[in-house]
Order: sequence, then structure tokens, then C-alpha cells
Amino acid sequence: MRLLNRSVGRLSRHRRRPLAGAAVLLVALLSTGGLYAIFSPASQAEVEKDNAALVAEGKELFMINCSTCHGSNGEGITTQNGKLYGPSLIGVGAASVDFQVGTGRMPMAQPGAQVEVKDPSFNQDEIDAMAAYVASLGPGPAVPDREQYDPDTFESEEEREAAVALGGQIFLTNCTACHNFTGAGGAMPRGGEAPSILNTDPRHIYQAMLTGPQSMDTFSDGNISPEEKKAVIAYVESMKEQPDYGGFNNGALGPVTEGIVAWVVGLGVLVAFTVWIAAHTTRTNQTKKGSAK
Amino acid sequence: MSSDLSEIEKHDDSHPELNAHTDALLPDPGMHEHHWRPTDVDPKAEKRAERQVSLFFALSAICSVLFVVAYFAIKPGYDGDVWAGYGASNLALGSTLGFALLFLGIGVIQWARKLVVDIEHAEDRHPAASSPATREVAIAELKAALNESGMARRPFIRNAMIGSAALLGLPAIVMLRDLGQTNAQITREQPYPGAGLENTVWDAGVRVVRDVVGTPIRPGDLEIGDLVNAEPATIFDGSLHGAPLQIAKSKAATILLRMDPDDISHDVTRNWSVDGIVAYSKICTHVGCPISLNERTTHHLLCPCHQSTFDLADHGKVIFGPAGRHLPQLPLGVDADGYLVALSDYPEPVGVSYWERNTYDIDEIFDDWSADHAADAEQYGYKEGGQ
Repeated sequence: MRLLNRSVGRLSRHRRRPLAGAAVLLVALLSTGGLYAIFSPASQAEVEKDNAALVAEGKELFMINCSTCHGSNGEGITTQNGKLYGPSLIGVGAASVDFQVGTGRMPMAQPGAQVEVKDPSFNQDEIDAMAAYVASLGPGPAVPDREQYDPDTFESEEEREAAVALGGQIFLTNCTACHNFTGAGGAMPRGGEAPSILNTDPRHIYQAMLTGPQSMDTFSDGNISPEEKKAVIAYVESMKEQPDYGGFNNGALGPVTEGIVAWVVGLGVLVAFTVWIAAHTTRTNQTKKGSAK
Repeated sequence: MSSDLSEIEKHDDSHPELNAHTDALLPDPGMHEHHWRPTDVDPKAEKRAERQVSLFFALSAICSVLFVVAYFAIKPGYDGDVWAGYGASNLALGSTLGFALLFLGIGVIQWARKLVVDIEHAEDRHPAASSPATREVAIAELKAALNESGMARRPFIRNAMIGSAALLGLPAIVMLRDLGQTNAQITREQPYPGAGLENTVWDAGVRVVRDVVGTPIRPGDLEIGDLVNAEPATIFDGSLHGAPLQIAKSKAATILLRMDPDDISHDVTRNWSVDGIVAYSKICTHVGCPISLNERTTHHLLCPCHQSTFDLADHGKVIFGPAGRHLPQLPLGVDADGYLVALSDYPEPVGVSYWERNTYDIDEIFDDWSADHAADAEQYGYKEGGQ
């Protein structure tokens, strides 16, 4: 403390010297500028440079992993007899890439009625790069911010509950036809299926509504508004927390699975019991004491 | 054969001639040698079986008691107790009652199989008819009863009874009237807008709104590939209440989708579309299930009930499944404020077929519609051959 007092005192003695003002000004300018450089957002030029690098990286990944089916410029490939080999990616947007690659659907394991969901083949940085490249091909839906899709970002519990109520009605009107009342999914024509959405990430649900993967209809922002989309996700998330009050739900797929369980398991057990009731009991060659034989 | 069976006769002697006949054809092979069960010959096995059976009865009793305990101890219903993601009350009550019955049943069957007396014996078949003597006595008694009641001697009373019993059918037939008005009556009286099987609340200039939220739609709101579950604005304007509202809503349910205009493959469908936006009834023409399982890439709409499939690019033509008629299309236009509106009600009845329904093909329906509505529809931008 004495040392500090003494040095402050020494400094204080020089405060009226001619150069003191200039020195203070210099220190202030340097610290302000330095702090600004540390905390300010990157400049526009730098962002564009980063984006260009990202697009270039994405293009490289695209050429290696996607261009076989989607064409070297993402223009899509049509076979000689007019069938679509891989659709055009111009205008599908970053959200589409983030969904398709992020859920492991792309790159596709094999062509067929249903695109299989796998573990993603790329990490998020690589997906971001490919998304940036595809987004640069034509305007399309961007990857949504967390506030847009995550039901955890509602400001209050009341707001979340109101969203669940609205989202439930929208879900039951627009989504249940294919994805089932509980979101467990269902069958579609020609061997396809509407997948279960019970284990789907909210971000991917949002992007699926926005981009309409595979045969799904799109629910663009002019169809179902962003707030309503978030409400639908809040409802789907709330369904996951619901216990099965009625007992075993057999996968919640509805009458088909319930019928299979009733006919195979239920009837099978009954038949087994009937066979057991009518079966011969164990017999022995020993004779009864006191009997004639 | 066991000595226990000595008192059981080999033959039922009521039909000696039949027994003699069958014995001549196929001699009675007699019973095979009887083998005893372990429980019959071994006292230890018998004790063991007795313990087994009692154990099942005891388990059943325990389950019954547990049922009562679970009934009072576990909180039922929504917001009730939960075990491992299941409603605890239903799970406990169901399994305790089920196992109580199951163990009781197993105990009884096990008792019968292992401990109840073990006798084998043969029972001969015999004709189902009674002997001629018994039959004669029965007929004589019936005749006597007929005479004593005077049925034959007093035909007037008899006929009066039969007539009055027959008239009892009338009240039943008259009450059928309470099943409701006929379609012709409803259509004539129009108790509320769009009543009857032939009409819905859709009408010229009625806006197409999103279901649930009730907001009107501009063509520019929709991108190619969008599907909207829509209703007429009438459903949300507060003019209908209660049952008429629900009936109107169920009949007017509509799906709206936007496709590439070049994908539309039928002239009528193109005439009734706006910029590739088409609207169809959401009610399947087979048995009336609501359908909106659309495949964006093919414009095929699938009904989940019986797999009827409709091609929405081609006037809702049936391309698979049991549906007998195409899906009715709603003619679309745009009003002065730029919102999508209907040009008229559905040009044909929506939903399932009924007796009096006319079945015209799509070109006849379009010609009729053009004659009645095309002039009015021009104010909403309608132009034959595309808008």
C-alpha cells in the first residue's frame, strides 16, 4: 500500500507537465481501439472472405460426395429414359442440406422407395460448408436460428403452454395424416413411409417443414408461419413427455400393430393354453396298489 | 379295461337292431390298456401336485388382494402416478386382475389333469330321434292341446289374435320417420347455409382460409410443393354455431396445393386453378375419410383408410383403390384484395355416393358449371383456358 501511495504520488507530481495530456490521450485511444478490436463483430469484408472460403470448401466436398448424382454444378441429373437420377439442388437452400446430411439421409446408401436415416457421414463444419455452397447456387431457405425452432427458448412457461395448445391443433390438422396422431409415423404409397418424428431434433423438424424432404409437402413460411412452426415443435416435444396412461402402446402405430399383437400374441397364447389343457398327462407303467391289474 | 367301469354298459340298449348292425360291420375294438398317472400310484407325486395346485390358488388370492391395494394406493388418471413411462394405476390394476384370473384357471386345470379321478370309457353313438312310441305320444298330446284350447273350433278369435300381433309391426315402421329428414327435404328447407348432401358452405367469392388459424391466403404466400389444409372463411366468421357449424366444417374441408402449372395434365383442372394452385375436397369419395396424405413429387393423394389414390394433377382421377369416383375439385379465383376465393360451391356433391346422386363425367360437370357460373366467375379473374 505504501509502495502504491508513493508511486501514485510520484506520478501525480508530473501531471502538470506539458506532455502529460498527450500521454493520457494516447493511452485512452490505444485502449479504446484495442478493446473495440477484441469485442467488435468481424467486419463485412472479413465475413465475405470467410463465406467465400466456406463456399470453396463446400464445393470441394460437394464435388467428391454429391456431384455423382446431383451434377457437378448441382443442376441435377436426368437419365436417358427421362428418369430423375438426382434432383437439382439449385434453390433448395442451406436448410435442405443441413437436414438431409445432418440426419444421415444424404449421401444416400442406395436408391429406393425410402431414403434411409443413418448416422451422419460428415461433421457439422463440413455440413455447414456444403450448405453454404448449395445456398450459393440459388436463393432458398436458410438454416434457422435456435430461437426459431427450440421450444426451450420460450420466454415463459405460459408462452410455451399456449404454443403447445396452438401447435397441437396445427399438428392434428396438417401432420397426423402421414405422421400419425402421436408422431409415430406411418406407411406411404409404393413402399415409402412417413418416418417417426418422436426422436427427431427440433431443428430437423423445422427444416423438414420448410423444405419438404423426399415426398413430403412443403410448409413454407407463407403456409405455416415461423411462430406456428415453433408451436408445432413445442407440441411434438410435449408429446414425448407424456407417459402412456393406457399401458403398453405397441409402438403407437395404431390398429395395424394392435391387430398383429392381438392375433399373434393374444390368440397364440390362447391356442397354447388350449393345447396344454387338452394334452395328455404323463403316464406310468406302475400299477395302482390294491387294483386288479 | 379298469374294474371301475364294470357297471358301465357296453351298449345303450335303446336301439338293439342298430347295435347288431354296426357290430356286424365293424367289431368293437374295446378299450386300450389303461396306464395310471404318477399321481395315482405315487403318494409323493400326489402330495406334490396338491401343493402345486394350492400354490396357484394362493398366488391368485395374493393378486386379488394386490388389486384392492393398488386400487386405493395408486393415483389414477392423467396427472396420476407413473411407473417407467406407463400409467401406474392401469398397469397395476390390469396385471393384478389378469394374473388373479390366470392363476385361478391354471390351478383348476392342473387339479383336473393331475388329481381328479382318472377313468376312460367309451360312449356309443345313437340316433338323435326319439323312439316311434315316444313320438306318437307327443303328437297325440299336441293334438289334444289344440282341441282343448279351441283354436280349431273358434277361428274368429284365432284370426283376431294373429291380426293384432301383425299390427304390432306398424309402430316400429312409423318410428323410422324419426331417423331424420330426407336429403330432398333438407335441400328444400335449407335450415342453414350449405345444408344437404348436394351443397357445402363454399360459394362464389368465399375466401379460402387456413384451417385452425382462419387467415386468408394470397397466391404468393405459397411455394410450389406447399400443401394447405383449408376451410371456407364462413367457418371462422361466427355465422354458424353448434351442430350446423360442425357439419358445415366437415363437408367443406378442402386441401389446397401448389404445383408447377406445367404439371397439370387436365384442362378442367387447369381452368379451375390459379398459378398452379388447385383445391380439392378433403373427403374421400369411397367411405368419406378425410385425406391429406399427398406425395409432393407425384401429386398423388392417398386415403389411409383403404388406399384409394387420386391424381391431383388430373382432376382427382382415381388411380388406385376402391374409390368409385374422382375427387371433387373446387374452382379457384382471386378477389379484388388479392386473396384466393372459391368461384362457386363444389360443382358436384362431395364425399361418399348415395342413391339419388347423379354420376356425370368431369367434362359434363365442367360444361354444366360453365353454363351456370363462368360469367359470374370473371370478376374473380376466371378465364377459360387458364388464368
